[in-house]
Amino acid sequence: MKFTDVYLQTATKILVFLIMTFSIYVLFAGHHNPGGGFIGGLITASALVLLYVAFDLQTVREVIPVDFKKLAAAGVLISVLTGVGSLVLGVPFLSQTFRYFDLPFLGKTELATALIFDLGVYMCVVGTTLTIITSISEDDI
Amino acid sequence: MSNILIYPIIIPLLTAMVLVFIRDRIKLQQWLTVLSLLATIAISLYTIYYVSTEQIVVLELGGWSAPYGIVLVGDMLAVILVAVASFVSLMCLLYGFQSIELGHKKHFVYPMILILVTGVNGSFLTGDIFNLFVFFEVMLIASYVLIALGGKKIQLRESIKYVLINVISSTLFVIATAYLYAATGTLNMAHLSERIALAGQEGLLTSISFLYLIVFGLKSGLLLFFWLPGSYSAPPPPIAALFAALLTKVGVYTVIRTFTLLFYHKPEITHTVMLWMAALTMILGALGAVSHWEIKKILAYNVIISVGFILFGVAVGTEQSLNGSFFYLIHDMLSKALIFITGGAIINIFGTDKLKEFSGLILFRPLLGWLFFIGVLALAGVPPLSGFVGKVAILQGALSAGELAVSIIGLITSLMVLYSVLKIFIHSFWGETLMSEGQEYSTGKHALLPGTILVVCIFAMGIGAEWVNTYIAQATEVMVNPNLYIEAVLKQISP
Repeated sequence: MKFTDVYLQTATKILVFLIMTFSIYVLFAGHHNPGGGFIGGLITASALVLLYVAFDLQTVREVIPVDFKKLAAAGVLISVLTGVGSLVLGVPFLSQTFRYFDLPFLGKTELATALIFDLGVYMCVVGTTLTIITSISEDDI
Repeated sequence: MSNILIYPIIIPLLTAMVLVFIRDRIKLQQWLTVLSLLATIAISLYTIYYVSTEQIVVLELGGWSAPYGIVLVGDMLAVILVAVASFVSLMCLLYGFQSIELGHKKHFVYPMILILVTGVNGSFLTGDIFNLFVFFEVMLIASYVLIALGGKKIQLRESIKYVLINVISSTLFVIATAYLYAATGTLNMAHLSERIALAGQEGLLTSISFLYLIVFGLKSGLLLFFWLPGSYSAPPPPIAALFAALLTKVGVYTVIRTFTLLFYHKPEITHTVMLWMAALTMILGALGAVSHWEIKKILAYNVIISVGFILFGVAVGTEQSLNGSFFYLIHDMLSKALIFITGGAIINIFGTDKLKEFSGLILFRPLLGWLFFIGVLALAGVPPLSGFVGKVAILQGALSAGELAVSIIGLITSLMVLYSVLKIFIHSFWGETLMSEGQEYSTGKHALLPGTILVVCIFAMGIGAEWVNTYIAQATEVMVNPNLYIEAVLKQISP
């Protein structure tokens, strides 16, 4: 059975990009303001869930061919490895540092190592949430 | 140097995540798991050496100093338990390599075991009571997966109970921690200890301590063990061995930690209640162990009895009995692993765990029989095995503190332990050999290597008790004198 709802699908195509953009904004804002990897990941997951609702599991899987279990594992790896970096430098685990850079378009920007940690959290949250949701929505394992 | 404390947590965690990417390469997964556990053991042994010669190691995560940030604290109690826990997990894994089904191996059984180890090691090392909750959850989530993996009917039934009981106890844990924070304004255990001592442990704090006793009682099987025999007999033998050797012991550790570091001011209330909870645990556990006729159930009830016995020593609370309790805790992790691994091999061989349906294994698998027999003696506390020293120390401490009644209960239940495990031995190894080569469900040979290593350790710990005791005494020193812990963490000299 092919499920089609033109209104939902058309709206979704635009909304997904809006939600995604917002989630990335939240991810980067998280260092000083409310936000961060966890909530950013949840917002991204909600965008992807909207895709699943509007289209179907197979279609979305073809568009986004990512194994979400591996995405989650990669996220944890990245987060823990940022901590390992501080082991190499001989400071306490999970110590963070930041520096200001002049980036094109953005101007003077603060980049912190905590952001890499947050990126790992973001990937882990997206991966875990979608693993849970897709495995519940499937009939067979 | 203080960064050394993080390795027992991140090595298993990182390895677990790498294993997710090589899901189909089982052999490589096994090698990596062994390597990471070996590395963890080596590092924790070095930490023991360092703590014994230098001082308590404290790691302030992210450079945030205590009591504002989260600290990991490696005192003797924690680092010894980390070493033993990692070692015992390695033994259970060596047994599990052959006897875990392929379906499990492809469904992330090794990553989950490593995450379980991460949670266990983290629980031992953390110096922050909320962080303790977090590591507890890491451990529990891994154990939920491990108990349900395979999806047999009994596993699903027991995992629902197990998840429910743990969700309830975790909620209580958070509630208790919230109350404690509201009452004291801190979560750092050293800081908590200082403030509780300053405020005096009045009615409010004592009530909170009872909430913790309920939570940790649920987790460790102290009196509130109704969920335990079912859940521990559901998963396959290697997983059951891992659970028996590690999970309840983390609960026991938390009881030791909270009631020697935080709530030690009103022993006439808290410790007396704990004493009788321990006594009831021993009696009920022993009745359960004696009355059942399935290997898995008998062994699960033995886990409960030993929890009662260890916490009996903690409840008495003298230096000698605490010493004995810690010694017995280490012994119990080793010997429970041994008896569950060899018992699991018996179940593997016969394909059933009902004692009345088999006999005569001694001619078929003599080495397994002897290993199991030594396990039986170790559980009962026969010298020169390691259980003896711990039992003597606990009972001596208890008798000199005047706890005659519970000591007698302890001794009687040890006899019932001996009876219950000898029943397994007699029914499975004695009698007519009904089996010939090729009829068995599984060879059971994979239990021999870890079994032998564990037997050697149990003998070594019993014979070298004097040497082991020098380390244990250092751990007990911190338990009876919490100021050592506080000074190490907060780095200020208390008057």
